[in-house]
Amino acid sequence: MDIAASSDEKVFSPPPKEKVKKIGATEIQKAAEAIHNRRKVTQKIVFTFLYIAAAINGLALFIIIFFMLKNGLSAISWTFLTDIPRDAMTKGGIFPCIIGTVYLSFGAILVSLPIGVASAIYLNEYARPGRILRIIRLGINNLAGVPSVVFGLFGLAFFVIYLKMGVSIAAGALTLGAITLPVIIGSTEEALKTVPDTYREASLALGATKWQTIWRVVLPAALPGILTGAILGLSRAAGETAPIMFTAAAFFVPEKMPSSIFSKIMALPYHIYVLATAGTEIEATRPLQYGTALVLIGLVLGMNLLAIIWRSRLRRKLK
Amino acid sequence: MIINRRTVEKLVRKFFFCTAAASVAILFMIMVFLFMEGLPILGKVSIKEFIFGQYWYPTSDPPDFGIFPLILASVSVMAVSSLISVPLGVMTAVYLAELASRKVGEIVKPMVELLAALPSVVIGFFGMVVVAPFLQETFNLATGLNLFNAALMLAFMSVPTICSLSEDAIYSVPTALKEASLALGATHWETIWRVVIPASLSGISTAVILGMSRAIGETMVVLMVAGGAAMIPASLFDPVRPMPASIAAEMAEAPFRGDHYYALFATGIVLFLFTLMFNIIADHIAYRYKQVGDSTL
Repeated sequence: MDIAASSDEKVFSPPPKEKVKKIGATEIQKAAEAIHNRRKVTQKIVFTFLYIAAAINGLALFIIIFFMLKNGLSAISWTFLTDIPRDAMTKGGIFPCIIGTVYLSFGAILVSLPIGVASAIYLNEYARPGRILRIIRLGINNLAGVPSVVFGLFGLAFFVIYLKMGVSIAAGALTLGAITLPVIIGSTEEALKTVPDTYREASLALGATKWQTIWRVVLPAALPGILTGAILGLSRAAGETAPIMFTAAAFFVPEKMPSSIFSKIMALPYHIYVLATAGTEIEATRPLQYGTALVLIGLVLGMNLLAIIWRSRLRRKLK
Repeated sequence: MIINRRTVEKLVRKFFFCTAAASVAILFMIMVFLFMEGLPILGKVSIKEFIFGQYWYPTSDPPDFGIFPLILASVSVMAVSSLISVPLGVMTAVYLAELASRKVGEIVKPMVELLAALPSVVIGFFGMVVVAPFLQETFNLATGLNLFNAALMLAFMSVPTICSLSEDAIYSVPTALKEASLALGATHWETIWRVVIPASLSGISTAVILGMSRAIGETMVVLMVAGGAAMIPASLFDPVRPMPASIAAEMAEAPFRGDHYYALFATGIVLFLFTLMFNIIADHIAYRYKQVGDSTL
């Protein structure tokens, strides 16, 4: 009680006269300014850190691309791009790998684009909030989060063994199709959301059914956005390694073109992995490894850049 | 005529529902086939021996199927990488959402997206041929292929995930809240720290969890860079063998439907459950704290 009383006294008792005289208007102003400056300085320091963080990301991208260009450009030549690997993969080109990657990624999109677009149409145009929608969304989110090596295991167990496809283009493309499905669904949904509701209402008011509206009005309007998503899906499929390791990829295939969709193929990402870790002469084939990595980066980043530019143009148009 | 159109509509609707359910079906099939090919290992070792066993010697005679060192490797690589990626990702997101001018944003954002698009095998290759020799020389190590290197590479793979999701969350904080704080005399930074970040915390946590989930499931980087020694790491610079690396490296040599094959699928189950858990937690947070207007903040 005593302590409380004394502290109360301190608060309410008027300050000694000398002190009141000392603190003038300028002092208060100065103190306020000091605090203000300190807050400003804190802000400046923190903002500098944020700026550095953002710059680190760009720097990382540049460093990786720089090293690939510096060491890989010299390896790239017409023969490198059009020849088959020779002398136990220590010389020659990567043509079969490029073809394999093209086959696999287009095969994957062939599977995932129709299913993905249809899923997105259901989610955006038909579904009403509720338990079923929540389960489907949870399924899609979790599918997007499944590790790529687990997709590989699934592809091996289901497509390769259970459906007896063997290690083949078909099994690899189907596995990659499952991986790209969430990518396609996400970007298609985004594209459908940008179609103004007035379009749908106008079409429905003219007597069109829901399906006619979607087919004739909504889909054409969303098409560029959907294609952007397809490009992103292609690039994702082209860069994946772990899922094709057990389902499609071969160490070495002597022919330039695969004979059927049930044959094994070489692919760019797997070729890099093989050359870098299990080749006959790992050090001697470094230029080949850099060259292959450069081709893969060029392919994937090129597609992504295309999609990014296309998308930003679309957004500007909509505004 | 009208009845005809109605039936068509109904059929179309059913068709779209079935395709939308495909994702759930695929997820379900992944589980079924993982368990089908992985559970038989339990006839050989008990769950406890499998998960907490200290030794992973699948090819010796008799073989040891203890994946504890693999789990520990995965978790430690993920933890170290999040120490790098979480601050970096969230800070970049704050920068993009609050500070960057439109022009700078239009350059930085695509760069983050391109970073996300880099194939994992290329990042693994970069870690192997550029970062590993650098680490080995700088820190005078026995090998540059180790836990730290793998964590560093993984960090740059999960930054884009963390960054773009956090940015969305920060961006969706109502302007009225920020204006109120600024009007009270708070500086821009004080507003960010005391108002914007608390308001977007659920979105940021979702982003962080998904980033961690990506790091634990990433395969090629840990396969090429982590060093591959199946032992319990004692230091940051020890070589390790995370679960995905073990599966990817050994599946080709494991005899079809032998014990080793089953054990690798069972490792896949553990890995799958890890990421499933992360994703469900992230989804739960996103759903539970979904922002519906200013009043829910």
